Amino acid sequence: MQGFLLRRLGQVLVTLFGVITLIFFVQRLTGDPTFLLVPETATQADIDALRHTLGLDRPLFVQYLSFLQQIAGFDLGQSVVQNVPVSTIIASRLPYTLQLAAGALTVACGLGIPVGIVLALYRQTAAARMLAGLVFAAQSMPTFWSGIMLIMLFAVTLGWLPPSSVGGFENLIMPSVALGLLSMATFARITRTAILDELTRDYVRSARARGATMGRLLTRHLARNASIPVITVAAIEISNLLAGAVIVETVFAWPGLGQVTVQSILARDFMVVQGVVLMGAFVTIALNLLADILYSAVDPRIRLDGVRR
Amino acid sequence: MSSPALASLPVAPPRRPLNLALWLPVTVIVLFVLAAVAAPLIAPYDPNAQNLLGRLKPPGTTSRAFHYWLGSDELGRDLLTRLIHGARVSLAVAFTAALLSGTVGVVLGMLAGYLRGWVEVLVMRVVDIFLSVPAILLAIITVAVLGPGLVNVIVVLALTRWPRYARVAYGQTLSIANTPYVRLATLMGAGPIRILFRHVLPNILGAVIVVATLEFGLMVLFEAGLSFLGLGVQPPTASWGSMLSTGRNYLGNAWWIATFPGMCLFTLVLAINMIGDALRDRFDPRLH
Repeated sequence: MQGFLLRRLGQVLVTLFGVITLIFFVQRLTGDPTFLLVPETATQADIDALRHTLGLDRPLFVQYLSFLQQIAGFDLGQSVVQNVPVSTIIASRLPYTLQLAAGALTVACGLGIPVGIVLALYRQTAAARMLAGLVFAAQSMPTFWSGIMLIMLFAVTLGWLPPSSVGGFENLIMPSVALGLLSMATFARITRTAILDELTRDYVRSARARGATMGRLLTRHLARNASIPVITVAAIEISNLLAGAVIVETVFAWPGLGQVTVQSILARDFMVVQGVVLMGAFVTIALNLLADILYSAVDPRIRLDGVRR
Repeated sequence: MSSPALASLPVAPPRRPLNLALWLPVTVIVLFVLAAVAAPLIAPYDPNAQNLLGRLKPPGTTSRAFHYWLGSDELGRDLLTRLIHGARVSLAVAFTAALLSGTVGVVLGMLAGYLRGWVEVLVMRVVDIFLSVPAILLAIITVAVLGPGLVNVIVVLALTRWPRYARVAYGQTLSIANTPYVRLATLMGAGPIRILFRHVLPNILGAVIVVATLEFGLMVLFEAGLSFLGLGVQPPTASWGSMLSTGRNYLGNAWWIATFPGMCLFTLVLAINMIGDALRDRFDPRLH
């Protein structure tokens, strides 16, 4: 267990290091990142001055080391446009994105898991086949289109829900549905496969032979075993939801991290973009680690050294 | 009892029922491709021809020289024309980006799987690192550096989407490289280039095509998503993503502007994913 954790943490460190290096190189794709940080009206003197202030006239390797040092100290730099630390901007927007991701995850699990169970238990019926078709279609639905269609139906035509921006609970409904629908399909698929896998096991057959009803079988026998792949997928889906929020937030004028990222690109505020991307990568890596650990917590048969007893 | 004469007749192979799950989406995609290729011939008007008196006209209206089958946008441009030209942008970007990232990914993956050693460690580590950054964020930061635009979108997608090909090519190459015929070819003096392209590549192509199909659908969505955010194809070039973004501002009075581009996008991606699914069943049922 400890050996596994140490090895896994070592891997995480290597990946973190790699991601930071990757971002460092992406910054320099056009040669000199100073141009990303100045307004279009800047004079050559301004550019030179900023380049010197930021240390971008030093050798590349020195810049790389100081970038690593900066990130290691949790310093994401300063927004050149708004003149506040990037971490402050992220902290002020993060709650909205978390709210949206939580709403979307609720929609995704709340719809996806029951749908997956129905798909597994009633897979021969025509109704289940239609449902499977709908799930498949949901996977191909761009969130920015489903979001717009929801606004058109529930806000413009019916007037039941506010079209955009934040406010009460009713503002959260449509963005959550638009964002969650894609993950819903993933949850449905994984749940279906997990239940089907478990249904063929001997313990299920003997439970049925003893006269266990389907309901009892589900709650007492299948739920725990089938939840293992679902939990793993959940951890990965959370990072997908956070990333997908970039687009959904723009559709619904939701003031989260995604919106600030897009605004920052258009306002040429590169440090903010970089901060959000770094954070997104860190969160993804952390969630993947969490998925691995949860995996063994739910199923004691799986030891963390990767051996399934 | 069958007579001997009948038994010697050649037996017609049993007719397989027409696989609708494959041929329906293929037809849809062929239609989109034809529309994209022949866009200037079949589109009724010029995609950028404005008619300021015919702004935001609903489907089926006529204004001056224009008849708007699917309505007009905020500058009086014909929506149907722009949809057809949008298919061009969508398919061209997705195709080029998928081809570029596929080539890079497959070559790197094959090299890692065949040469092993430090090449394997290096390539597969970099793959892990790329895959640990959410794809849309990686695309966004790269656009932020390179700037928006049609060519840059292709570059961004090619740069960020190769690792999945590499992973599949790597895994498949690992198993193929150990087969007797490859070892025999090595014994007979074939160099790595010949081994990889003559012996390994044809065998892993099935798996690669499955990934490429699913990636192609993602590319279409990515281009539309970036253009929707204003980071992709720039106006006035017609792109479904930027049309959707315009339509978002006119939901109350011009529903058609956002509805039709979204429908095209959804139909195309659904068709691509259906083909990907059918191909996956055919080539490798274990590949997920």
